[in-house]
Amino acid sequence: MELKNKFERAVVLFILFAGGLLVSLPFIWMILSSFKNDREVLSIPPTLFPENPTFQHYIELFQNLNFGVYLINTLIIVLFSMFGLLLNTMAGYGFGKFNFRFKEGWFMIVLITMMIPGQVTMIPTYLILNEMGLTNTMAGIILPGLIAAFNIFLIRQFMVTVPDDLIEAARLDGAGEFYIFFKLIIPLAKPILAVQVILTFIASWNSFLWPLIVANDESLYTLSVGLALLQDENVTNYGLQMAGSAFMVVPIVVIFMIFQKYIVEGFNVSGIK
Amino acid sequence: MNKSKFNITPFLFIGPAVLLLFVFSFAPILVSLGISFTDMNLSGLANWSQINFVGLDNFIQLFQDEKFLQAMGNTFFYVIIGVPLAVASSLLIAVLLNFFNNWVSSTFRVVYYVPSITNIVAIAVVWSFLYNQEYGLFNYLLSLINIDSVPWLEEPVVARLSLILLAVWKSNGVSMLIFLAALQSIPKIYYEAADIDGANRWHKFFKITLPSMSFATFFVTVTTLIGWLQFFEEPFVMTNGGPLNGTNSMALFIYQEGFQYSQFGYGAAASFVLFAIVIVATLVQFKLRKTD
Repeated sequence: MELKNKFERAVVLFILFAGGLLVSLPFIWMILSSFKNDREVLSIPPTLFPENPTFQHYIELFQNLNFGVYLINTLIIVLFSMFGLLLNTMAGYGFGKFNFRFKEGWFMIVLITMMIPGQVTMIPTYLILNEMGLTNTMAGIILPGLIAAFNIFLIRQFMVTVPDDLIEAARLDGAGEFYIFFKLIIPLAKPILAVQVILTFIASWNSFLWPLIVANDESLYTLSVGLALLQDENVTNYGLQMAGSAFMVVPIVVIFMIFQKYIVEGFNVSGIK
Repeated sequence: MNKSKFNITPFLFIGPAVLLLFVFSFAPILVSLGISFTDMNLSGLANWSQINFVGLDNFIQLFQDEKFLQAMGNTFFYVIIGVPLAVASSLLIAVLLNFFNNWVSSTFRVVYYVPSITNIVAIAVVWSFLYNQEYGLFNYLLSLINIDSVPWLEEPVVARLSLILLAVWKSNGVSMLIFLAALQSIPKIYYEAADIDGANRWHKFFKITLPSMSFATFFVTVTTLIGWLQFFEEPFVMTNGGPLNGTNSMALFIYQEGFQYSQFGYGAAASFVLFAIVIVATLVQFKLRKTD
């Protein structure tokens, strides 16, 4: 369907613009408020732009609160999620390009795990980790989230399209299986892996519930757990709360804006019509 | 090479992932089913001999538990209002974006998508400020047009609607992209043919656009429905189920039983009730689509 004339075009553009402004309003408000001092942030009527812009809240996050520690913990989780992505990619390759006994059965197990609501596995996973002595450890936070069946499924779909002849040729040249995987398959899969890297990064940066359940010590908290704590303890200090939120949201938005083209293409490639 | 020799290579590739999935996703369903028939709690965690088999007691108790029934009612409220809103609004955004094929569509696609990639806690913190009855921006804006302050999170029904508003805002992104991909794959020739027949815009929308997108709509509806049945993070971070249990959801109830009261058996039983509802809802949708 197309628009008939300039007037219609202007109307649709206006609706999109107004809607976009409404959708962005919480973010705009968050950033502007984070630079206001304690008095101004609660003033009525509210000011739009901070009158005396201050970095005080951002400094407080790192000096008086442990946001430095939370940041490092979060980055550790992000790092290991990339290792998890490597395991997912290996599994996707294994299912896509090898034949072995009970392959369908193994793959079925992978697919079934995709359909289980998180709430059903939440309690037993905690009990299993407890039996392994991993509650309140970094390993306990990282391990359950390492593998995502949906990623394995997507990567498998891509691997199926890689020609067998290519792999056979490399084998005839005497290349080992892992040499083939790292030197041939991974470079081939770059477009799909790029999207997975960004989505995995975003998901692990945002991870909240599992670190909250498993971590008891503040030294293991992630940024989002720390932020929830901050909200509980500084109920009316909205300037500080907004600074903490902005510190979580802005990096992700920047990364997303740089790479969004690939993510959108990834959705189009996945072929849902 | 000996043909009957066991080839280990594929298992080197799938092994680590399958093992981890087995331990942390597949086995937990079986464990969960097992403990849902027991009275396992904190003392059972320390000493397994304290755990007793109670048969269906947990399930019977659940359906007499006021709090659980209310959480179930709230969850259906979220689904009945939230799903149509979420599907319709993302479809509307996609249709509007699809009118353009230049910087407008690429810019606004990012703008509308951004809420869905941001952290739920940060979002909840920001919206709590916006919803604040005294200092919040929303009530201030309403006061400019002489509307009395709204108790956004203080009154059960209003609080439920406030959480739905926030969740719809956050969830539009992904559905919008799926709809957009579907819209762009409709052949232009259909519309040209309709133009020749003198069809107006509404005819074209209802006779060409919507039918061509039936799979995308079905996909989005099923995934949105499953998502809303498990509605959890918004009430958890913003209201903790209150006021008066008015925003509690089934998923939050499971979390509370499991991790606040350490009633692992009871919580696991509740999670199976939720699981059963998710499965039934999904099957009904597939059935409806078949008869379509």
